[in-house]
Amino acid sequence: MTATAGGAAVASSTRERVRAALAGLAHREIEARDGMAAVEVARDVLAAALRRLRDAAGFEAVTFVTAVDRRPAVPRFEVVHQLYSVAHRDRVRVQTRVAEEDPAVPSCVEVWPGAAFMERECFDLLGIVFTGHPGLKRLMMPEDYRYHPLRKEFPQQGIEPDRHYREWDEARRRTWRPEE
Amino acid sequence: MSTRTFEYSVGPELADDPVHGEGLRINMGPQHPATHGVLRLKIDLDGETMRRIEPVVGYLHRGKEKLCEGLGWARFFPHTDRLDYVQPLMNNIGYALALEKLAGIEVPERGQIVRVLLMELSRIAAHLIYLGCTGIDLGAVTIFFNTFKEREKIYDILDLWSGHRMNNTYVRIGGVFSDVSEEVEELTRAFLAGFPAELDVQEKCLTGNRIWYDRNRDVGRISAEQALAWALTGPNLRGSGVAHDLRKAEPYSGYEGYEFDVPVGTAGDCYDRYLVRVEEMRQSVRIAEQALRRLKETRGGEVLAEDRRYILPPKAAVRTSMEELIHQFKIVTDLRLPAGEAYQGIESSKGELGFFVVSDGTRDPVRCHIRAPGLYNVQVIPVLGEGRLLSDTVAIIGSLDFVMGEVDR
Repeated sequence: MTATAGGAAVASSTRERVRAALAGLAHREIEARDGMAAVEVARDVLAAALRRLRDAAGFEAVTFVTAVDRRPAVPRFEVVHQLYSVAHRDRVRVQTRVAEEDPAVPSCVEVWPGAAFMERECFDLLGIVFTGHPGLKRLMMPEDYRYHPLRKEFPQQGIEPDRHYREWDEARRRTWRPEE
Repeated sequence: MSTRTFEYSVGPELADDPVHGEGLRINMGPQHPATHGVLRLKIDLDGETMRRIEPVVGYLHRGKEKLCEGLGWARFFPHTDRLDYVQPLMNNIGYALALEKLAGIEVPERGQIVRVLLMELSRIAAHLIYLGCTGIDLGAVTIFFNTFKEREKIYDILDLWSGHRMNNTYVRIGGVFSDVSEEVEELTRAFLAGFPAELDVQEKCLTGNRIWYDRNRDVGRISAEQALAWALTGPNLRGSGVAHDLRKAEPYSGYEGYEFDVPVGTAGDCYDRYLVRVEEMRQSVRIAEQALRRLKETRGGEVLAEDRRYILPPKAAVRTSMEELIHQFKIVTDLRLPAGEAYQGIESSKGELGFFVVSDGTRDPVRCHIRAPGLYNVQVIPVLGEGRLLSDTVAIIGSLDFVMGEVDR
């Protein structure tokens, strides 16, 4: 496959740059199926790793921040940051595992302001808490929604999609009196 | 009959301000025609100056990523059409490319050429919507009608080509659904021959137009560094002077074999983004003409790869053979892709449209994250708009170019 062959050649020089930037920080390199350079870091070094990847390895932009629910694996969630370098035309994926009991990772909004909506979306749909985020609230779902829909235990058909309407309707029925 | 009073709440930061104190918080949208869909902006005004803008999204959230996990890989295809619904084929192709990367499928040459042609026609159609809608928002009503007339010609071609005007679902894993007829090729050729002249007419109405220039020049400026940090991609990033195009940087579908230029702006304002998009349409015509020539050269070639594990059997065989019918049924309902993760970003008309797919080898997708460029175009509205006049929001929203179907997913 030509795309993968070209990608692999690019990825090897990317890996060296990433390795140099992360020197001294505990990390593990991952063989991703699509040939992209990928590393796994622990939660306590994630903030430092992301900052170094921008400053030392030149990844000026964050493509997305999301999480993968690996239930029933433990730790359950895998937070994924994917970065892009316009100058070097390459990408790196940074993965961090967090447990269900404490699904928190440091926010990277200070490094890339554009990550604000990405982290809000991830918090909304998967319940990952980004500590240090300037305004972590739901993005897609209503603010008083009680669930995180992209978690695996959330049913496909949704939960209480009409709660607002039902409560309004019940209140209306309770107070309604026929006209004299 | 009771009277209704409208209460406007004043933002706390404005109410305490001894100098102004006349603050007003207004809602723009989610049913405002100039917000291009169901976007809502909470704007704190001080006179006519916008002090704070907060975009509120999610009114069109349908849970696409969750739907993918429930439906399976193959049955999610029609849902990708409804992401950015002015360029359904582009979304189809982005999703198909991600799955092909995961499964290691190579699309036959003719299939790739057909995809390139479809992507460039979609780009022209999407940019025409941008031009028309932004035009009518800023008072250029003629542009709206003329661009929609041109766009309709593309949709007529796609109708004949795939059977639908919009929401085509024409792309499959491993290629496209059917070959292109000579009639479609002829119509496309005729359209591409006439389109640049039509575009010149539209551009003549706008580029040197005093009103258009004043409403767009120096409005919504963003520097190259800021645009990158705020995750802008596509024409919005190129408008700020970053010559970054995924068709050049990470070629897919054989884009490395096509000749085209990447237009960039200098100032990073609404006017530059407009110029970039108009020039992109011209470049799209160039690419599409090259693709048409290649289609002629490869006539009779395959448009769909063959791999019994992942790719649908030929439709003609499905109609006559029971085994093939069962096979098609299995592919649609029970497609199992190899375990692993793959990301594919494509240069859509709005920016980098990416699909991050994670499979564990079973029928149910683990994750399908859609990196929608529109969401980050919305996110940057406060950066561009704060401190400017209220009337500039319309120009800024229009020039950032997003579709709420994709923003909310």
